[in-house]
Amino acid sequence: MKFTEEHEWLRVEDNVVVVGITDHASEQLGDIVFIELPEVGTTVTKDDEIVVIESVKAASDVLAPLDGEIVEVNEPLVDEPSKVNDDPMGDAWMFKMSVEDLSVLDDLMDEAAYKAFIG
Amino acid sequence: MGDLKQTVFHDLHVELGAKMVPFAGYSMPVQYPLGVMKEHLHTRAAAGLFDVSHMGQVLLHGNQAAAALETIVPVSILALKEGRQRYALFTNEDGGILDDLMVANRGDHLFLVVNAACKEADIAHMQSTIGGDCEIEVIEDRALLALQGPAAEAALSALLPAAADMKFMDVLVADTDYGPLWISRSGYTGEDGYEISVLNDQAVAFARFLLAQDGVEPIGLGARDSLRLEAGLCLYGNDIDRTTSPAEAALEWAVQKIRRTGGDRAGGFPGADRILTELDNGASRRRVGLLPQGRAPMRAGTAVFADETSETPIGTITSGAFGPSIQGPMSMGYVPTEFATTGTTVYAEVRGKRLPATIADMPFRPSTYKR
Repeated sequence: MKFTEEHEWLRVEDNVVVVGITDHASEQLGDIVFIELPEVGTTVTKDDEIVVIESVKAASDVLAPLDGEIVEVNEPLVDEPSKVNDDPMGDAWMFKMSVEDLSVLDDLMDEAAYKAFIG
Repeated sequence: MGDLKQTVFHDLHVELGAKMVPFAGYSMPVQYPLGVMKEHLHTRAAAGLFDVSHMGQVLLHGNQAAAALETIVPVSILALKEGRQRYALFTNEDGGILDDLMVANRGDHLFLVVNAACKEADIAHMQSTIGGDCEIEVIEDRALLALQGPAAEAALSALLPAAADMKFMDVLVADTDYGPLWISRSGYTGEDGYEISVLNDQAVAFARFLLAQDGVEPIGLGARDSLRLEAGLCLYGNDIDRTTSPAEAALEWAVQKIRRTGGDRAGGFPGADRILTELDNGASRRRVGLLPQGRAPMRAGTAVFADETSETPIGTITSGAFGPSIQGPMSMGYVPTEFATTGTTVYAEVRGKRLPATIADMPFRPSTYKR
């Protein structure tokens, strides 16, 4: 599993990248009450704001971690946003994207580096 | 940030695991480990203990105090019975609201509780307007707690059985194991409960006693905000301010008949011309509840439009959040009176999209005051 400085995790599954937010991010956001996911088929550029998350505290965005195309979204989260608090690194993945070259993931942090990053 | 004041409960908050944030010049707990959502639901299901010591406590002494206060609030204070409390507003010459407050008649004096962010201005305002007619005593040696929710009565009665006999907006001064308590059966959550003023040197022990009672959990400002919004109650600075009049703010109920046009003590407070005219004829805009038709919360500052395409907003959201008890988003805001009818659909612009919301009655969740 790889991590971004935006507190997303990425793992490769059947040649697509599955993306969600980390435990740390979910804790910082607090109780999540609303999620807006991108449309399947959308072409995204790294750092595009593609997911909106609203917690009891505020709204925040999840950015596209890489260039690519959204191939699947975790639709049940829309009706049950609290799943992101319950299991952010598992069941509550947010979207899957296809990327041209999976080797771009090599530049991202591994778990040890991410843990050091969040202190 | 370096100059934040602390309440007497600061170390207790930290011990209880609170996340502290700056609020109205104080370091205050926004949430405890339970989290905002569970704290909110816990208050509605059992009881929540809130530190509201940042609010201002003031006594007005002298036999002219009630008459004097009536010259700066559009509220009947002279008719407020001993042992009772009432909601009031300081108004300005433009008919706007300088602050909202609680006033209790305690026999030979009045007890006022004012908002933290306004307290210095409120005290200066009282000094300059009524300081010659009554003695204004600012209370510095007392903390203030709110104990709210269905388990509040049992928790406080364990110390003071007489608390159970109080009705909504009754006030009581009582000597207890934790010194003299100033109690009102009120609060700002839509729940039954109490606000309790306690001497600083007894306050932490008293809070620990309450926290040891069945069902009492410490609750932060985060849940306090969603609780008051579900209850349809205004947050000063958001939903009411110097530019909003009592009629615009849908606070007509706070202005008793005797202070209105035709009443024995009509007018005689700042802004009376505008305030009374609007009470007689209505205002051009009105504070309303809004229920978003989708799931996206519409937060403070969001522009409100009549339809999906018009260019000019008709109003603004002044408070918005997710309501844990109503399981959905809720907002409060101002719209022109012709849009203020319950059931009307308006559109709020959230992240560039016009999302529909329905004008709704408040409170969003029925309140459970002990009448």
